[in-house]
Amino acid sequence: MKTSMWGRLSLLMGACLMASGSIAQEGDAERGEAASATCVACHQANGGGMNISGGESWPRLAGLNSNYIAKQLHDFKAGDRQNATMVTFANMLDDQQIADVAAYYSQLPATPGQGGDNADEALLARGEQLAERGDWNAYIVSCKSCHGPGGQGVGETFPGIAGQHAGYISAQLNAWKNDTRSNDPQNLMGAIAKRMSEEDIQAVSAWYATQPAAEWEATQ
Amino acid sequence: MEDLEASDLHPELKKVIRYGYDLFTNTQQLRGEYVFNDMNCSSCHLGEGRVPFSAPVWPAAVTLPDFRGKNQHVNNLEERIAGCFAYSMNGTPPEYGSDEMLALSAYHQWLATGAPMYPDKSIYGRGFPAPEQPETPSYARGEAAYQENCTICHQEDGSGHYENGEYVFPAPWGDGSNNWGAGIARVETMAGFIYQNMPLGQPRSLTGQQAWDIAYYINSQERPQGPRYTGDVAETAERFGPTFHNRSLYGQTREHDGHVLGDHANFGEKGDIQPWNVGMPRFENLSEE
Repeated sequence: MKTSMWGRLSLLMGACLMASGSIAQEGDAERGEAASATCVACHQANGGGMNISGGESWPRLAGLNSNYIAKQLHDFKAGDRQNATMVTFANMLDDQQIADVAAYYSQLPATPGQGGDNADEALLARGEQLAERGDWNAYIVSCKSCHGPGGQGVGETFPGIAGQHAGYISAQLNAWKNDTRSNDPQNLMGAIAKRMSEEDIQAVSAWYATQPAAEWEATQ
Repeated sequence: MEDLEASDLHPELKKVIRYGYDLFTNTQQLRGEYVFNDMNCSSCHLGEGRVPFSAPVWPAAVTLPDFRGKNQHVNNLEERIAGCFAYSMNGTPPEYGSDEMLALSAYHQWLATGAPMYPDKSIYGRGFPAPEQPETPSYARGEAAYQENCTICHQEDGSGHYENGEYVFPAPWGDGSNNWGAGIARVETMAGFIYQNMPLGQPRSLTGQQAWDIAYYINSQERPQGPRYTGDVAETAERFGPTFHNRSLYGQTREHDGHVLGDHANFGEKGDIQPWNVGMPRFENLSEE
């Protein structure tokens, strides 16, 4: 009787943990560095990733919120976020290693975004408009209304996008637009991405790639 | 704002309209002077005050001066804006004719460019039209729906969200929110706001019932006392019942814990500052007619 109660209770607790979506596990940055050996080929030793024009860009992880990184890795494993490359690597990590690599990358200093340098003034102006004020004629709310002032991210839910690579941002927006990514809470990003034109996507991607990620991001 | 830049208006007027826009979208720059909570005008009037069903503000510029039920006299645009400062911003208004007031009025009027004065047809998308209400709102259902749909941004305790000291998500209740005298303290108005605008970017994605339930739940929480408080919640609720509080939950007893809503003298961050516009007598010389 006693054991079955405990069995049920732990099942219930497990379900609660999963349902809440937040991963209680404490990450250890030092252990994370050791576990990150499989990540560096793409995300680079400094966590800066790489913009690859015409190919699949590798996002900068350095300085991102640790719980955000951990959630993405869990989502890759669970199939809630789909990416042929990442699912392989995420599957190599157990829950503790996920917490550890997330802690490791979150405390690395943010590196500059790439891929926005060739954007012309008009495209950057459109990008800034969408980022700061949105385009209500198309019911596109500003990026900063969720990603925070300067696109520096808000809590563990809304990642920092300033200083992210243009190729990565545009790929993700297109993924939401085409329903190949949908692991955002309550479809908050999907609903907006579907209203964005290809030009809008290029514009915000270029804009945020040219904006620096704030220093304080690296310290959380 | 591109149409402003492209217009033939005087450059000095453009500057003032731009300032009005800036005040409207970043009202927090007046914090501690005229604003004593966490709100911006654009927290509720989405899309910089021009989006239909998000209480666009430009209709005020073409329908005022007009009689206003809330304060029982004829108001002009400045007085209407002053009301927002006293209630929605839990503050006190800039003076009539001041730079801030003129800039805000100019922005309203500019948004109304081309709209007929005193239109004889109803204005599309005005206010926060409430959805149908299939059943009486329920606190318990509202709480559950709030937890499910709203807490990611507005938090379980309704405090909204600041990130590194910078404002991000407004507070639906508590000291950071509007006071008991604000229009959105009425359940119907809150239901309309939610249904037409929330979650952000997904208008009309909740059912009408969810919107009413969440509105009932939010407006069953505490917020700063209204500036028309007489010192007694029952008396205040009765005095302003027919013109306002009959549609809010002010003075009512919350069923699950017996708490009487608004029964306190907490005015929030503004403390004992009394907004100068509230209760100001108008047109006394006409009252005998």
